[in-house]
Amino acid sequence: MVDLPRIAVQAATAAAGPEIPLKARLARAQARARRRAFLLVLPLLLFILLTFVIPIGQMLQRSIYHDGFSGAAPALVEWFAATPAGTEPDETAFAALASDLLFMKERKLAGEAGTRINYAVPGSRSLFTAAARGADRLTAPYRPALMAEDGKWADPLLWAAMREAASPWTTDFYLSGIDMQRTANGGIERVDEGSRVYLALYAKTFLLSAVITIICLALAFPVAHLLATLPMARANLLMILVLLPFWTSLLVRTTSWIVLLQSQGVINSLLVSAGFIGDDGRLALIYNRTGTIIVMVHILLPFMVLPLYSVMRVIPPVYARAARSLGATSWTTFRRIYLPQTLPGIGAGVLLVFILAVGYYITPALVGGADGQLFSNQIQFHMSKSNWSQAAALAAMLLAGVLLLYWLYDRLVGIDKLKLG
Amino acid sequence: MKKLFLSTAASCIAFAAQADVTVMSWGGTYGAAQLEAHLKPFTAKTGIRTTMVDTDNAAAPIRAMVEAGNVTVDVASIELADAIRLCDEGILESIDATTLPDGSDGTPASDDFFPGAVTDCAVGTDLWANIIAFDTTKFEGEKPSQAADFFDTVKFPGKRGLKKNPKAVLELALMADGVPAAEVYSNLATSEGQGRAFSKLDTIKQDIIWWEAGAQPPQLLADGEVLMTTAYNGRIFNASIDEGKPFEIIWDGQVYELNTYAIPKGATNLEEAMEFVRFATSTEGLAEQARYISYGPPRHSSNALEIIYKDGKTVMGPHLPSSPENRRNALETSVDFWVDHDTELNERFNNWLIAN
Amino acid sequence: MALPPYADPLERLWRIIYLVICTLIFLFLIAPILVIIPLSFNAEPYFTFTEKMLTFDPAGWSLRWYEALISTGMQAPDAADGWWSDMWANAAWVKAARNSLIIGVWSTIVATGLGTLAALGLARPDMPYRRLIMALLISPMIVPIIIVATGMFFFFSNPCSIIGVECGRLTSTYAGVILAHVVLGTPFVIITVTATLSGFDQSLIRAAASLGANPRITFFRVIMPLILPGVISGALFAFVTSFDEVVAVLFIAGPEQQTIPRQMWNGIREQISPAILAVATILVVVSIALLTILELLRRRSDRLRGVSGR
Repeated sequence: MVDLPRIAVQAATAAAGPEIPLKARLARAQARARRRAFLLVLPLLLFILLTFVIPIGQMLQRSIYHDGFSGAAPALVEWFAATPAGTEPDETAFAALASDLLFMKERKLAGEAGTRINYAVPGSRSLFTAAARGADRLTAPYRPALMAEDGKWADPLLWAAMREAASPWTTDFYLSGIDMQRTANGGIERVDEGSRVYLALYAKTFLLSAVITIICLALAFPVAHLLATLPMARANLLMILVLLPFWTSLLVRTTSWIVLLQSQGVINSLLVSAGFIGDDGRLALIYNRTGTIIVMVHILLPFMVLPLYSVMRVIPPVYARAARSLGATSWTTFRRIYLPQTLPGIGAGVLLVFILAVGYYITPALVGGADGQLFSNQIQFHMSKSNWSQAAALAAMLLAGVLLLYWLYDRLVGIDKLKLG
Repeated sequence: MKKLFLSTAASCIAFAAQADVTVMSWGGTYGAAQLEAHLKPFTAKTGIRTTMVDTDNAAAPIRAMVEAGNVTVDVASIELADAIRLCDEGILESIDATTLPDGSDGTPASDDFFPGAVTDCAVGTDLWANIIAFDTTKFEGEKPSQAADFFDTVKFPGKRGLKKNPKAVLELALMADGVPAAEVYSNLATSEGQGRAFSKLDTIKQDIIWWEAGAQPPQLLADGEVLMTTAYNGRIFNASIDEGKPFEIIWDGQVYELNTYAIPKGATNLEEAMEFVRFATSTEGLAEQARYISYGPPRHSSNALEIIYKDGKTVMGPHLPSSPENRRNALETSVDFWVDHDTELNERFNNWLIAN
Repeated sequence: MALPPYADPLERLWRIIYLVICTLIFLFLIAPILVIIPLSFNAEPYFTFTEKMLTFDPAGWSLRWYEALISTGMQAPDAADGWWSDMWANAAWVKAARNSLIIGVWSTIVATGLGTLAALGLARPDMPYRRLIMALLISPMIVPIIIVATGMFFFFSNPCSIIGVECGRLTSTYAGVILAHVVLGTPFVIITVTATLSGFDQSLIRAAASLGANPRITFFRVIMPLILPGVISGALFAFVTSFDEVVAVLFIAGPEQQTIPRQMWNGIREQISPAILAVATILVVVSIALLTILELLRRRSDRLRGVSGR
C-alpha cells in the first residue's frame, strides 16, 4: 500500500528524465556536490563562529561601548541631551550633577563613573568618589556648593568629557589609542608630547617584527637549503634539530634564554673567559630590545624554515645544472635561477613569521624589560587595570594590522599553500 | 552540539561546587608561609579542603572575575589600598568585624588589631616592607647604606632591580632625593612632585631591570643580574636564612604597608571563606604566619608572643619592618593617597616606561 | 649534497663557510634546549651555573628538583602509607600533568575530528567560497592569542548571553579550556590534512567506485589510509599546541584546571624554581619520542604514496 505512490513517483521521474535538459541536471548535480562539500565544513565553521568569532566580536564591542558614566548619571545625561555641545554648565547642570552624585553614592557607582571620566581627564576619579561621599550634605545652590569642595568641577574639559561619556557609545578609546584627546569645545587634538605612546609603540611593534622576520629569513635560508639538498635520511635527522625547539615549551625556551643571555649567564661568561670582553663590560643581552629579538627569532625560526624547506625540496636541480653548463657562475646561477624559484617559500615564511611576531605577548613580557615590550603587552597592561574598553580598542587596532597582513598573505601566497613540515 | 557543551559545562560546574576554599595569593615564600600557617591547619581543623593559587597581585584577576560574573576564588590576599579601592567599587564582600575572634589574651578584636588594620571588606594579615637589598659579596669597599645610594650609579656602578609599578617606587625616589618621609605624599599629590620623582627615576632608567613578581628580586641578586634591587623584605630574609645567601637589607627609606585577606563578591563558598579569614587572622593564625616569613602581624596579642622562625633559632623581632631599629627613616604607604591616585599614576608610570 | 666535480677552489671555500654557518645556526636552535638539562640538576634554587657545578663537585648537583616535582603540594610527603594516593591526588605537578593530558587528549580528538572533516570538504573541487572559509578557519592561528583569550574569557563567563539567557559558565571548567584549545588546534589539522589531500589522486576514488565500493567503504579503505599520516601529524600538532598553551589557560582555567605550562608560568614568575627545568628535561625527552614517531609515519606515508626518498 505504502509503496505504491513511491513507485509511481519513480516511474514519473524516470519518464520525465530525458526531458530535463542536460544543463539543468548538471547544475543540480553540481549544487548537490557543493552542498555536500559545504556540509563537511559546516560543523567546524559553526564551531569557529561560536567559540572564536563571536567572543572576539563581543570583546571588540567594548571598545566603543562603556556605560560606566551614562548608567550612573541619569540626570546629567538628560541635561546634556537637552543642551547643545559647548554649553556652559549652569545651575541646572550642577543640580543634575548633585542629584547624580547622590544616586552614585546610594548605588556605589561613583568609582565606576569616575573611572570612565578619568580615562579622558586623568585625576578626576577621586573627584567623583570624594564628592559622592559627601553628596548627601550638598544643598542648593549647587554650583557654589560643589565649587567649594573642589575647584576642578568648573573645568570645561571635565564637562566636555562628561558630555562625551553621557552616551555609552564612544570613540574615546580609539582616540586615546591614536594619542588624541578631546578639547573643551568638542574638537580633538594630540595629547602632549610625553603621553604620545601608542602610535610610536604600534610602529615599533611592526618595525621590531620586521627586524625579527629579516633575521629569521637570513638564518632559515641556508638551513632550509642544506636540509633540502641533503639526502633524505640525513635531512630528516637534522630536521629534528629544527622541530625539537618548535615542540619544546615556549616558557622553557624563554627561561633557558634567560640563563644563556643574562649578564652572569653562559654567553657572557664564555665571552669573558675567552677574553673578548672585560668582566665589567658584560653585554646587556636580555631584559631589553635585544633580548626580545634574540628569543623571538629563536621561537619563530621554525616557522620560516618549514615553508622554505617544503618549497626548496621540490626545486629540481636540473635548471641550476643547465645554467652552469651554459657558463653562468655559481653566484649568477643562485641569483637568477635558484632564488626566484624559492620566492613562494620566502613569501610564505616571511608573512607567517611577521604576523606571528606582531601579536607576540609572552616572550616580550618575560625578557623584554621596558623597551622590548610590544603592543600586545599594552593590551595586557590595560586588562590588568580592568580598563577593558581601552584594551579592546588597542586589540582592534592590532587585529586590523594583522588581518591586513593576513589578507595580503592570502592574495600573494594563498592560505592553502601553508605547509608545516 | 551546543546542548552537548552545556551539559558538559553543567557537569563540570557540579564538580567545582564541592566546598573547597580557594585562596589566591602572591606565591613564592610568601604563598608558602600562608600555605603552612593558614591553609594546612585550617584543613586539619575543619576538614574543609583548601587550594592555593599564585599570582603577582590578586587585585587584578579578582576584579576581572567579579566583572565577568565568574568568581573562582574565595579568599584573596591583597594590599590594603587595593582592598579599600575594590571595596568602594563593590568588588569585595563586606566582612563583619565583630565576628573576628578576640585576642588570645582576651582583648576584643577591635582593640587588638592595629588601627586601620580591619576595614569594611578586608582584615589585615601582615605588615611588610619594600626595602633595598644587595649582595654583600659584590662590594669590596664601602657598602650601600641608604636609599640615596640606590640612585648613585657613580659610586656604585651596576644594574638596579625595581618593581614595575609606581607604588613604593615613586615614594622611594622622592625619599632618595631628600624629601622627608612626612612630606612624600603631599609632594606626590602635585604634578611637580610627581615630575620630581620621575626625573629622579630618569637618572637610573637605563640601568633598571624591572621585576613584577616578589620571587624575582632574590633571583636577580643570586644571578648577579643586578647590584641592588628593591624587594619585599620577607623574600630577602628567606633567601638569606634558608639558602644562606649573602643578602643584606637597607632599611633606610623602607615603605611599609599592610596586606590583607579579602573575599571577592560572589565567592562560591562564602561561609567557608569567612571561617577561613576568621581562623587565619586569629592571634595564633597571624603569629604562625610570621614564623615562616618576616612580616609583622597587625595584632598586639600576636606581637606579644615571641615568634621564632621555622628553623627553630632565629628570633623574628629584629627582622620585622616594625622593629624600631628598622623604622628610623620609614614611610607608611598612604592608603588614601593610592586609592585616589592609583589609576592616574599607573597611567603616567606606564607612559613613562614605554616612552624612551 | 656533494660539490659537483667542476667546483673551483673558491666554491670549495664557500662551501666550507656555508657549512660552518649552518652548524652555528643549528647550535643556536638547539643550545637553549641543551642548557636546561644540566641546570635541572642544580642543587640551588636559582637558574645559574654555580661554581660547584662547573667544577663538577657532586655537592653542586642534586636531584632535588625532580623530587620536588613529586612532593610539591603533597599533604604528607614523609608518610609512608598512602604515599601513592597522596601523590596522585595532591602533588601539584602530577595534577598539572594529569590536567594537561586530559585537556590535550580531548581537545586533540575534537580538533582532529572537526578539522579532518572540514579539510575533506575544503579539498573538494566544488566547495563554495573555499578561500574565504579556509581563511576564516585558519585565522585562530594568526589572531594574537591575547585577543582570543580575552574574548573567550568574557564569552565563556556567560556563553548563553547571546541568546539572552543564563546557563552557567564555561570558564573554570575542563570543557571551557578544551573548547579553547580545540579552536587553537584546528588550523594545524586543516593545514596538514589539506596538504596530504593536495597530493591525493582523485581517480583513486573513481577507481574504487568502479570496482563496486560504496562511499563508506571508499572512505575507510581508500581515502582514510592515505590521509592518515596527515591526520596524525595534524593531531600531534594540535596536541602539542594544547600541551604548550598558557595564555588561554591563564584566562579561562580555574584552580582545578592548572596545566603544566600554567604551573611553569608560576615557576618562572611567582615561585621561581628550577623544578620547571626538570619538567622541561622530561618534556624534551617526550618530544624526541614524538618526533621519532612522526618521522616513522612520514616514511610510511611516502612509501604508500609511492614517493621515494632521494
